Amino acid sequence: MVNKPLVSIVSAGSSQFGRLDGVYGRELFADAAKEAFSRCPNLDPIKDVEALFVGHMGESYEHQGHTGPTLADWTGLLPKPAVRLESACASSGVALRTGIQAILSGMHKVVMVGGVEKMTHRTTAEVTEFLAMASDLPFEQWNGLTFPGLYALMATAHMHEYGTTEEQMARVAVKNHHNGTLNPKAHMQKEITVEKALGSKVIAWPLKLYDCSLITDGASCLILTHPDLAKRFTDSPVHVIGSGQASDAIGLYEREKLTSLKAARLAGQEAYRMAGVEPKDLDVAEVHDCFTIAELIAYEDLGFCGSGKGGNLIEEGTTELGGKLPVNPSGGLKSKGHPVGATGTAQAYEIYLQLTEQAEKRQVKGAEIGLSHNVGGSGATACVHIYRRN
Amino acid sequence: MSENPPFTVSSFYRFVSEKRLMAAKCNECGTVLLPPKPMCTHCLSTNLKWIELEGAGKLVSYTVIYVAPEQFQSLAPYTVGIVELKNGLRLPGMICGVDPEKVRVGMNLKIDFEPSASSQWPAWPRYFFKPP
Repeated sequence: MVNKPLVSIVSAGSSQFGRLDGVYGRELFADAAKEAFSRCPNLDPIKDVEALFVGHMGESYEHQGHTGPTLADWTGLLPKPAVRLESACASSGVALRTGIQAILSGMHKVVMVGGVEKMTHRTTAEVTEFLAMASDLPFEQWNGLTFPGLYALMATAHMHEYGTTEEQMARVAVKNHHNGTLNPKAHMQKEITVEKALGSKVIAWPLKLYDCSLITDGASCLILTHPDLAKRFTDSPVHVIGSGQASDAIGLYEREKLTSLKAARLAGQEAYRMAGVEPKDLDVAEVHDCFTIAELIAYEDLGFCGSGKGGNLIEEGTTELGGKLPVNPSGGLKSKGHPVGATGTAQAYEIYLQLTEQAEKRQVKGAEIGLSHNVGGSGATACVHIYRRN
Repeated sequence: MSENPPFTVSSFYRFVSEKRLMAAKCNECGTVLLPPKPMCTHCLSTNLKWIELEGAGKLVSYTVIYVAPEQFQSLAPYTVGIVELKNGLRLPGMICGVDPEKVRVGMNLKIDFEPSASSQWPAWPRYFFKPP
């Protein structure tokens, strides 16, 4: 039995994702907020929104910290309390969970949660170095490991233990690039082939360029309220019915396994239990495909298939649009793009569109229950949320 | 270096400068901490001692880095792996002295040291792995 909602999402917004020259992160966040405000005419943001929780990974990109009040200022929310949450690539998944806690505590009736990152004005080498800050300094960064390198270690181990192939990983990229062509806000709206993915430049063997998500600029946000108040703002809220979060060692080498993210398994179990749903009940999911291997591991960690069977699931077409459980209809981090701080609430934005039948060409027909899976770093943070339509 | 320096990353690397692979061991529950931490993360005891580890083990996974952060660009492409030591603990490190094409999961490796420390922060020396 599906359990009662924790909070309701009454509106959501997203900036364009892509290489957006000449704008600051704060302006991208204002774009996302404008969309969320305009989608919800019954909301008076200045009066109704009581607090802001935003995910933002790094001050290095824009030489700008103290993001909470900056974004509150640029969205008309001063003097409301505004907090930045940093959990690497899971920053805004954690911001969403923090917003849920703020509503459930009774302290706030309506809050905005979201995230932002402006990355593309930096060189690839700089971004590689900034992202690596979310890994362990004295043993991982110090030995030349990068984020592609850490996920490559998982891929090598998965290939060795389960026989997963580079072609199966490439199929994740092909699927998500196809979905991205159906999303006007996606960074790279371009079909690719398995051959093109397999022939692309090696970044960290066995991962090649098309196994990696994109360096992207973007912002996203959600308006949350107590389920009893949702009708005041909209006739079609989306309810968050499960929220899970867990932590693991920052160093990949200290973890139980290289082929599975324990924090994601635990977060998923907590979210499923809270929601009263099982993997078979899901109609649509957005998972953290920062690298193609990460999507295959997510299938396994979230119980879409058994351990080591992620490669089979992608081959069988189960997770394509039109399949039994479409995964990353937005295009995912792979083709929609991965402005790291914005990703968690961008996943929730897509699920919001799907469960309110607003996802246009990529709509999963009749989707009622959705899930988002947001991972920080190489898996030291994981956040899973489960949603249902009104 | 004294045998009882604080249980810190800096102490770990000072031992590396002496070509020693050292970990913290909890005197209460026996847990070995690699990297060393100021308290036992299993039982929370601060009653710890340093032990020297045998730097030999098997490669459990590896990657060859082609796109490197700036300070490693002159080395690219280079191989980095995770080695499981004989006591079951794991440590990441660069794998040197073997062609990347010939690196295999399960191969035997042993630790070696480059004792001179970097002149910039963090002023640590380096360890790496190579075939025995």
